[in-house]
Amino acid sequence: MADVVRDVNPGSDNIIICRDVHKWFDNFHALRGISLTVRRGEKVVICGPSGSGKSTFIRTINRLEEHQQGTIIVDGIELTHDIRNIHAIRQEIGMVFQQFNLFPHLKVIDNITLAPIWVRKWPKAKAEEIAMQLLERVGIPEQAHKYPGQLSGGQQQRVAIARALAMQPKIMLFDEPTSALDPEMIKEVLDVMRELARSGMTMIVVTHEMGFAREVADRIIFFDQGQLIEEAPPAEFFSNPKSERTRLFLSQILHH
Amino acid sequence: MTTAYRPDQRLSPVQWARKNLFSSPGNALLTVAALAFLFFVLRGLIHWIFFTANWEPVSKNFKLFFLGQYPADQVWRPGLMVLLVAFLFGLSWGARGGTVRAFAITLAVGMGVLGLLPVSLEAISLRLRLWFLANPLLVGLGYLAGRRLVRGVRPLVIGWLLAVLASGLLLAGVEGIPWLPPVSTNVWGGLLLTFVLALVGIVASFPLGVLLALGRRSSLPLVKALCTVFIEVVRGVPLVTILFMASILLPLFLPENIRIDRILRVVIGMTLFASAYMAENVRGGLAAIPAGQYEAAKAIGLNGFQTMLLIVLPQALRTVIPAIVGQFIALFMDTTLAVIVGLLELLAIGRSIVQGNPQWVTLQAEVYVFIGLLFWVFTFSMSYASRRVESALGVGKR
Repeated sequence: MADVVRDVNPGSDNIIICRDVHKWFDNFHALRGISLTVRRGEKVVICGPSGSGKSTFIRTINRLEEHQQGTIIVDGIELTHDIRNIHAIRQEIGMVFQQFNLFPHLKVIDNITLAPIWVRKWPKAKAEEIAMQLLERVGIPEQAHKYPGQLSGGQQQRVAIARALAMQPKIMLFDEPTSALDPEMIKEVLDVMRELARSGMTMIVVTHEMGFAREVADRIIFFDQGQLIEEAPPAEFFSNPKSERTRLFLSQILHH
Repeated sequence: MTTAYRPDQRLSPVQWARKNLFSSPGNALLTVAALAFLFFVLRGLIHWIFFTANWEPVSKNFKLFFLGQYPADQVWRPGLMVLLVAFLFGLSWGARGGTVRAFAITLAVGMGVLGLLPVSLEAISLRLRLWFLANPLLVGLGYLAGRRLVRGVRPLVIGWLLAVLASGLLLAGVEGIPWLPPVSTNVWGGLLLTFVLALVGIVASFPLGVLLALGRRSSLPLVKALCTVFIEVVRGVPLVTILFMASILLPLFLPENIRIDRILRVVIGMTLFASAYMAENVRGGLAAIPAGQYEAAKAIGLNGFQTMLLIVLPQALRTVIPAIVGQFIALFMDTTLAVIVGLLELLAIGRSIVQGNPQWVTLQAEVYVFIGLLFWVFTFSMSYASRRVESALGVGKR
């Protein structure tokens, strides 16, 4: 989109810049001044108790939630009320939801090709070719012509990842991608995410999977009551948390 | 004592009857009572149909029932239209199979039976018989053509659209073509008129209803208010009132040199009426779509229009197909109310035949049974098609 103003050099190393982001739901102050910068290719894991605002925060980055104060800049485009900016930013960001949110009336392959065909205006043949490559990548090419309802939870979530990747995003947001899955299916989804991380994708992952965080994350961020309490590389985060609240959270999540 | 059967076990007729009809003394009693009831009702009915009833007012007035006052020398035009439809049914059957198959076969067999009915040539003329028999022939030709020549859905859609256009031209005629003189809609009547009213009403009220439903959920206050007021006003008024207003009041408001065709006025009234109910049905379907669907659509970059068209409406409409078809059937039967503004649709024709001919006054039961049967054939076809469409779309439902 030529008419979108990029006020920061798009080649800049920082792909996401958030400054003092606030969000209210009526009287509830859900985000209380979040500032966070994510480098190109960086993997950031966000954890914290439920209701701490971590999901709300990543949903503001692609404008599923509107922030009411502060600045969000994605790949040099500022997130404003301008629909063109919102549209341009959404094309750079893929998102994976806790509940998969696949389109139940479309076959797996059509779920994946929908946006490339209608938004990127690719010819159907090209979109389907790339969709099949993505299904290979997430390990379920044989499910292409089934409906989402015929797949297991883990398979559905892998389709959802493929659907997000089909738009060739620069950033992937994961909102508790394994929380709705049966335990035996968590690994297959995390494996796909690990592979994605190795490929150099910029990722922000909200999750309680601390093993995954320790292994993949460049940085772990702890949220509580709408505030960013602590950020550190995994080794430091787990062995030497600075804040009392982080320590309490870790003790609850690691020793149960 | 009930005996257990494995679900995959083939039952003999006796076993089946024992399991389903006589599994306990109470059930056996109910079965016997129901059979006795059926026997007496059916015996009476069959005796009445074949021996008591006098079908003369029906058989002598076929043209009136089907076409009303449509000029006798122009009857070939609706006749040709039906043949065209028969051919397209055959064509669609040959190309696609599926639900159309049942309709094509029913049409062909029904028309074939009518053409070969063992009654005198006086009751059903040779010309009419040949026309009846041409229907199965055209279904067959269409089927062969469809199998051999048609690839994909597009030619079929184009064919049906052209047929609708051609039917309109055929029925109404064209000024200046000597062999196709204009026929005023004032003389359209009977089943033809019922069909025109219902078909135009259905085709127009569906998109209007969807738009109203979307408007009522709009975030623009003015659009939302307008749609809500329209829906609630129309739903609060009986159809008869709306037809009166459309027919009598509308011309008073319009400038004198603008005259809207009487049938068109009724169709507009029925469309507005049906669209309000349609909107409420669709709204129910829209409300059932989880917020996650909108979020996923936004996240992959679809705009609002694409989200509605590709994600929300296909799912919302599918869940309300039964309600929508119920609405269509109601609309089909509501066409009988057009009589109050002077349109002679099927039911009104029947009444005028009974009341206008002293020798047939006592035979009104026959006339109304015939009309009831016609209505049933078409409404049942609609609900059958609806069930087939539902099950075809049911794949992948979560």
